[in-house]
Amino acid sequence: MVVFITRRVLQSVIALLVMSALIFIGVFAIGNPIDILINPQADQAEIARATAALGLDQPMWVQYWEFLRHAVTGDLGRSFSQNMPAVQLIFERMPATVELALCAMLFAIVLGVPLGLVAGIKPDAWYSKTIMAGSIFGFSLPTFWVGLMMIMVFSVYLGWLPSTGRGHTTQLFGIPVSFLNWDGITHLMMPALNLALFKLSLLIRLTRSGTREAMLQDYVKFARAKGLPMRRIVGVHVLKNIMIPIVTVIGLEFGSLIAFAIVTETIFAWPGMGKLLIDSINVLDRPVIVAYVLIIVCLFVIINLVVDLLYSMLDPRVRLAEARA
Amino acid sequence: MTVLSVENLKTHFFTKAGVVKAVDDVSFSVDAGKVLGLVGESGSGKTVTGFSIMGLVDPPGRIVSGRVLLEGHNLPDHSDDAMRKLRGDRIAMIFQDPMMTLNPVLRIDTQMMETVLAHRAVSRDSARELARNALGRVGIPSPDERLKAYPHQLSGGMRQRVASAIALLNNPRVIIADEPTTALDVTIQAQIIYEVQKLARETGTAMVWITHDLSVIAGLADDVCVMYAGRIVESGPTADLLDHPLHPYTAGLIASIPSRNQRGKPLHQIPGMTPSLLRLKPGCAFRDRCPHADAVCEQAPEITCPAPARTLRCFHPMTALEEIT
Repeated sequence: MVVFITRRVLQSVIALLVMSALIFIGVFAIGNPIDILINPQADQAEIARATAALGLDQPMWVQYWEFLRHAVTGDLGRSFSQNMPAVQLIFERMPATVELALCAMLFAIVLGVPLGLVAGIKPDAWYSKTIMAGSIFGFSLPTFWVGLMMIMVFSVYLGWLPSTGRGHTTQLFGIPVSFLNWDGITHLMMPALNLALFKLSLLIRLTRSGTREAMLQDYVKFARAKGLPMRRIVGVHVLKNIMIPIVTVIGLEFGSLIAFAIVTETIFAWPGMGKLLIDSINVLDRPVIVAYVLIIVCLFVIINLVVDLLYSMLDPRVRLAEARA
Repeated sequence: MTVLSVENLKTHFFTKAGVVKAVDDVSFSVDAGKVLGLVGESGSGKTVTGFSIMGLVDPPGRIVSGRVLLEGHNLPDHSDDAMRKLRGDRIAMIFQDPMMTLNPVLRIDTQMMETVLAHRAVSRDSARELARNALGRVGIPSPDERLKAYPHQLSGGMRQRVASAIALLNNPRVIIADEPTTALDVTIQAQIIYEVQKLARETGTAMVWITHDLSVIAGLADDVCVMYAGRIVESGPTADLLDHPLHPYTAGLIASIPSRNQRGKPLHQIPGMTPSLLRLKPGCAFRDRCPHADAVCEQAPEITCPAPARTLRCFHPMTALEEIT
């Protein structure tokens, strides 16, 4: 267990190093942030002064070394455009995105797994075919279009739900959250559903194919021969077997929900990290971009670790102690 | 006393390619404490007969006609729920492949206790106690430890014992054993057969032992039914039937058992192969492979009683002097 986690941490440090180097080179290649940040009327001396102030007059490898030196102390640099520590900037926006992603994931799991089970147990019934047809729409309709249509229907025509923003927030352990009051919930509902749609379809399809496969296994027939009620066969025997791929996908997709909630956040003007990233890329605000990517990498590493730990709970054949170095 | 009696059972599968008559007019009965051997090649309808008794035939298959009487009650008349209550309680089944019949992600105790709890209103503790005793009865050492194990931690023989213990848990009136020893090596096979036979005698449980292995039947069954292409072609007391086979198919099966007396001679084989049940011609299904066949065999033979306790479905039975070539 300890060996397992230590190895994981070492692997993630390497992943972080590689990612930071790639982003550094990438942003360097796009252009000079000074050209965008500085007043167009500024003279040559002023430009040189600003460049030196941001450390951009140094060669790239020196800049990278400086970045690493500060990074080990937890300082990922200051935003060029907002003159705030990049980490602080991201963490201020993070709760909004995490809340949105969690809520979307919850929608996807609570709806997707039962619908997939239903469609998998009776694949030829009309309702199963309806579910599967619906999941094709969920897969193929572009998120931004669905988001716009939702705003059209629920905000413009029906006037039930607000179209933008986060609404009233409540403090929970010092973190502002929306889901604890009604105004916040009405704001949260549409973007969460919009973000969930793709994952929902994915989970339906995954659960369905897993269920169909499991239902043909001898252990299901044996469970029926034991006279178990259908509830228990599906809810325990089948579900526990198909949970392994589902947990993997939920883990991976949760990371991508947080990382790529950008489109939904933009449409519903949700004040999250995705919006911040788009703004930062527009002004080539390198410290924010790098910090964002590194935080997302950390997130993926943590999620994968949790998924691996969950495996060992779900599948007795996976034992972490056996995964020796 | 007759516990289970099957009368003119027909189970057909309505596939897109046509109707498959997997079980076609099968009748037999088993007394308490007796073992009935159901012998035949792959695809002769043995397993479907077992599933028909259990009420576990899945679409497109269904029982077309006939009766399955368990202590006088006709099972196909029962509702799904009434049938579920009988399965695993009054009538149990052991499957062929012990590697596949136990659910890989559930502990042995879970899989045993749920069988008790599905049928009886007892506490979890007494269910565990019953499970422990059942493991002891099938000769599993240190049952307390085995209860906490997962299936992958047990060997094939152990797993089949666990499956047998599950079948025995609620003291059923009938156990249907579908080639339970085929996947095991010979020594384990002998142990399990010995234990099951002993238990059947002690508890008065009637057993239907499905197998393709005549040597298993010879040491185990009181009576034998030989199945071919969905029909019982010959039946009778084991010793009598094996010593004096009347149907050419039975004679061919007996002759194909390797024996030391025939050292150096090529092993007898029945020419041809089992017919596809989809394109079964009218008349005797064995006639294409039968040395006795003539024009009369294009009519379907009726069941006759050539000797006390014997039945036969053949126009040209073996004579006492005939040598099988």
